[in-house]
Amino acid sequence: MTNLFLALASEGEKAVEFGSGGQLQEWAWLILVAPFVAYVLILAYGKKLKYEGGEIAVGMMAFVFGYGLLLWVDTIRNHTVFEKSIEIGRVGNGMVFEWGWVVDGLSSMMYFVVGTVGLLVFTYALGYMKGERRNTFFYASFSLFAGAMLVLVASANLAQLIVGWELVGVASYLLIGHYWEDKANSSAGMKAFFTNKVADVGLIVGALALSVSVGSFRIKDILEVATTNGDSLNAPYFGSTVAVAGALLLFFGAMGKSAQFPLHIWLPDAMAGPTPVSALMHAATMVTAGIYLMARMFPLYQEMATAARPIMIAVGAATLFLTGLIALVQDDIKKVLAYSTVSQLGYMMVAIAAGGYTAALFHLFTHAFFKALLFLGAGSVIHGVHSNNMSDMGGLRKYMPRTFWTFIIGSGALAGIIPLAGFFSKDEILGTLDYEGYTAVLWIAIAGAFVTAFYMTRAVALTFFGSYKGHGHPHESEGLMTVPLMILAGFSVVAGAVNMAGFKFGETIVLRYTGFTEWLATRDFSPLGDHHPEALEWGLALYGTAAAVGGIAIGWMLFSKDAETQEARDRLTIPVLYPILRAKYYLDDVALGLVGVIKGPAARFVDWTNTYIFDTIVNSFGFAAGWLGKVVYNVADQGIIDGIFNGSAGVASVAGGWLRKIQTGKIQQYAGALVIGAVALVVGFVIFNSN
Amino acid sequence: MTLGPVLVLAALLFSMGVYGVLARRNAVTVLLAVELMLNAVNINLVAFQSALQSPQGLGQIFAIFVITVAAAEVGIGLAIVLLIFRNRRSANLDDFATMKG
Amino acid sequence: MELLDNGTVLSLITFLPLVGALVVGLIPRAQEEAYKWAALITALVVGVLSIVVAFVFDYGDSAKFQFGTDLSWIESIGSNFHIGVDGISLPMLVLSAVITILAIIYSWDHWEEPRNPKAFLILMLLLETGMNGTFVALDLILFFIFFELVLLPMYFMIGIWGDKTPRTIAMFNLTTETRLYASIKFFLFTLFGSAFMLLSFLGLYFNSGDAGARTFDIPKLIEMAPHLSALPIAGWLFAGMFLGFAVKVPMWPFHTWLPDAHTAAPTVGSVLLAAILLKLGSYGFIRIALPILPEQAMQWAPTIAILAVIGIIYGSLACLAQTDMKRLIAFSSVGHMGFVMLGISTMTEAGINAAIIGMVAHGVITGMLFFVAGSMHHRYHTRDMARLGGNATLMPKMGFILGFIAMASLGLPGLAGFWGEFMALLGAFRPAAGLPVGLFQTAMVIGAVGTVLTAGYLLWMLQKVNLGEPKDEWAGHEFHDVDRFEMAAWVPLLLATVAIGVYPRLVLGSTNGAVKELVSTILENLA
Repeated sequence: MTNLFLALASEGEKAVEFGSGGQLQEWAWLILVAPFVAYVLILAYGKKLKYEGGEIAVGMMAFVFGYGLLLWVDTIRNHTVFEKSIEIGRVGNGMVFEWGWVVDGLSSMMYFVVGTVGLLVFTYALGYMKGERRNTFFYASFSLFAGAMLVLVASANLAQLIVGWELVGVASYLLIGHYWEDKANSSAGMKAFFTNKVADVGLIVGALALSVSVGSFRIKDILEVATTNGDSLNAPYFGSTVAVAGALLLFFGAMGKSAQFPLHIWLPDAMAGPTPVSALMHAATMVTAGIYLMARMFPLYQEMATAARPIMIAVGAATLFLTGLIALVQDDIKKVLAYSTVSQLGYMMVAIAAGGYTAALFHLFTHAFFKALLFLGAGSVIHGVHSNNMSDMGGLRKYMPRTFWTFIIGSGALAGIIPLAGFFSKDEILGTLDYEGYTAVLWIAIAGAFVTAFYMTRAVALTFFGSYKGHGHPHESEGLMTVPLMILAGFSVVAGAVNMAGFKFGETIVLRYTGFTEWLATRDFSPLGDHHPEALEWGLALYGTAAAVGGIAIGWMLFSKDAETQEARDRLTIPVLYPILRAKYYLDDVALGLVGVIKGPAARFVDWTNTYIFDTIVNSFGFAAGWLGKVVYNVADQGIIDGIFNGSAGVASVAGGWLRKIQTGKIQQYAGALVIGAVALVVGFVIFNSN
Repeated sequence: MTLGPVLVLAALLFSMGVYGVLARRNAVTVLLAVELMLNAVNINLVAFQSALQSPQGLGQIFAIFVITVAAAEVGIGLAIVLLIFRNRRSANLDDFATMKG
Repeated sequence: MELLDNGTVLSLITFLPLVGALVVGLIPRAQEEAYKWAALITALVVGVLSIVVAFVFDYGDSAKFQFGTDLSWIESIGSNFHIGVDGISLPMLVLSAVITILAIIYSWDHWEEPRNPKAFLILMLLLETGMNGTFVALDLILFFIFFELVLLPMYFMIGIWGDKTPRTIAMFNLTTETRLYASIKFFLFTLFGSAFMLLSFLGLYFNSGDAGARTFDIPKLIEMAPHLSALPIAGWLFAGMFLGFAVKVPMWPFHTWLPDAHTAAPTVGSVLLAAILLKLGSYGFIRIALPILPEQAMQWAPTIAILAVIGIIYGSLACLAQTDMKRLIAFSSVGHMGFVMLGISTMTEAGINAAIIGMVAHGVITGMLFFVAGSMHHRYHTRDMARLGGNATLMPKMGFILGFIAMASLGLPGLAGFWGEFMALLGAFRPAAGLPVGLFQTAMVIGAVGTVLTAGYLLWMLQKVNLGEPKDEWAGHEFHDVDRFEMAAWVPLLLATVAIGVYPRLVLGSTNGAVKELVSTILENLA
């Protein structure tokens, strides 16, 4: 007998644990659950609090940050690789669904990033969102956003990863469309959701293909097969093997979340959400998901799915260069940053596709800090001037010094200026590309660095230099907002130190520290086989720096002068290219056209077939039956059968008419008849009985 | 005692009764004629009983039954006639053709 | 335990609503409170009994029919009163019993014109007998009787309490009341399918042995599967059952009764229709068609899969074209049931588990969507999405619930709807041996694309209905947000949505054992 209690609670066979780890790792599920608890608490009690629930959200993030930090430190010190899964259902004998959490170098790094950036952004939001609409719902969704990302990062199996993945998408939908009174905003949220959903088709199909082939959703099991070149992943699938096709499908999923060309179109529109949302989304919780997935599945791409790499690199290279160019012509400061993020994600994707596991994640790590910084800085500016457009800004360095300086640091880090964080991570990517022999892509990446420096210089010049062109008096933001900026600026300066390749002077190498590489390798299936140079390669560093400095110099030359008219001032009107860039390569039009066709003619056609074909067939049956019924009724029923019955009734009626005449009502006539009858009977009796 | 004369008497009585029922118009007379017919039958019953020597005395018993029923019949019949007379101010049977179809 | 083991409890679950209906019928019309309570208490007792069954059910042996009885019933044709629950029917039984309770609670003071709560409650209880009976019946005649029994109350619900707006029938230029058109269409269409189903049942019966030894008993027929599926007419028998069940599911292209019936039905009718009645068809496939005629099921599986994915895409696209909120939700059922049927067509453990969890999830989620749509119609007196808008501003709680349940409906992971779709796709990646893998893998991709379209129409609906500024015509209107009866009816469904999503074992724990056994029986009988 296994009754309901036993069926639900039999723990024994269901929790599976791998690796080493103590109580700390055992209880790490708390950071996954905390945001969801916060979500419920904020919705239930948030309205009564001073910050409308923001306190709960910040408290929760502080807990996540603290616990994440502990986990990371513990992982670094003890090289812990821990994984625990709890069964939540199974199909047949094989496929098991589980909730699990992984604590290893990779996921701990992500916990730390989500925790740190999350805590700072949440704190900032307390100031930024003051007096806005529906703050309770905002903080709740914000917690959901962080929680979904943590679920994704912690997942020990692909099913859970999909859960986290799509929850991130929904949370982003809610947050991007936060000001949904305006249709443009809710449409932006929907655009993000759809684009991601399209990509999710790849993720779901790919994840299922890999998992079913291996017979387990556990990433560990899949990678096990992948690293031993197992037959199950060599089965044919879609004209290729399961490994390659599955890997490409996963990559397609990553293209959505990590905004790779041409599925990046949702990300710039996502700026419709409040600025803290953009900061969190771009730095920690959403766009990194795709890169994280690639990193988590890295052994697959390294071993069995190498055939998928050229496509991934091509997509990444297209992303990093083409979207960087769009950033040049944007007026909205947040959109400049958005396209910059897309471009940087291209760098990460190129790196990981080329085999640079550490390089990509290192860039993810540093980028998280300086991009969060830039967005929060932009938010601070927007808060000050009440406009997103750089044409309404200018000269703000005098009014907002703290924002200005931190923004400069962020821009420098993004442009890759030594010794800021971005320099080291970008250099690592260039080094990987060089080593793996992707020379063409290397040059694209260097050109991309030039473009990056160029558009950031433009943004800084237009925003902070020259003279103020907006209305009212810009003011520096309050402490709740500037303190996170300064902390993030600190990270943007020092984050590169976790993984410095070292500077080689003759035979001596100084300042070499590769802790980050080791930490990330603290996971199953290391070594991961990515390249780590002995020291910084001066040549590459030179090219990279030259590109950055060149970009800054040209940008400064073109935009620092405070021209009289906006037209001449903020745009680089290169013929042919300019209209294309303004139109964002017409991708939006293509996408909208496609959606329009589906939503319009296709949907209407289907509805038409339903009403005019299927319904008509059914109705025809109905009417035909009705018609047949009439025919049967009129001809057969009324004509023949009724005729017979009516005929007999008529006879009866006529006979009755005759017979009623003898019923005179005179009792003596009746009696007479009676007597006559009796006499007749007697006579008859006598006659017939006589013989 | 011979059966013949008794039966003739009964037949005469019955015929008078039939005549009364069919020919007289007065309802009370008709009722009396019915009594005549019933008593003619009674005579027949008793006569056949005595002639055939039926062991259980069925003839007499039937005769007593008929007398009882006749008494009841007259009671009800007279009552009906009386009521009809009260309502219609007539005891003439030809006036009562309400059962005409 | 005695009462459980001799089938008394299951019989009570099935027939108590009938008794309740009688009691409601005997209470004078004026005593509204009294018969409302009588109905509610009946439903509650049945609900508690079904939960008791769920508690003591032996999940270690979920393939076995438990708590049943097998009494001689119509001896002359060998039809027995054979009932029982196994892991497949248990979740459906509990769902049916619980949804009925919630429907009664919801309707406590939401009576649609022409009101008459007494008649409505009687019909609801009758319906419950039909639904519960179908899920416990293990005899084809018994199954058929219950299967048909649900038609009548639903016919009256739609025909009497339904939508009275005029409706023009395309191509015929006839105008009639929506409720009349819909109720007749619903009744005749389903009856049309079941007629063929009955013929198939009779065909099975006459081939189940010599005269005198023939049987309608489902488990016995399953044992005879190799013999039955080798019959020359087996293909026709399956076709007949397919028609009967496919109309009820409904599968494309037999779906056209559904949008009309759902749209025209009163709120509670739509809820019960979506939550339970649609499941009778897919349940029939799993319980009867597949195990009794496995070979034919294998032959038909590709067709079913194709129709299922057409249904997924077709339903979603049709949704995109709707302007009527309720009709949109109705069409969404075509897509969702497409996933259920895709799961069934794979003939795998994953697929059939997917179908059952998908059925439960669809029951909970779409039932909930119809509740919300009904309540909104109650307040706005329109279902035209062009006129709605800003609902989340006017009624924040209602808006939140609508948003939440729409997310669940689009298959958001972590909520109930996800597992059915995900596992159906899982099954389709590797269908049962002997089925065309390429076709099913293509179906899998198309099905996955269908989820995008599903997200599309639901989000568009949310944007039109929930978001934006309220239209001018509602200015000055006072809308009362979700009331306590609505809350009481909805909270259990919302909790179930989360619970099944987070812990699918709630359903899978019951179904998996039975499904494993079922699939292995099918495969054995194939060989």
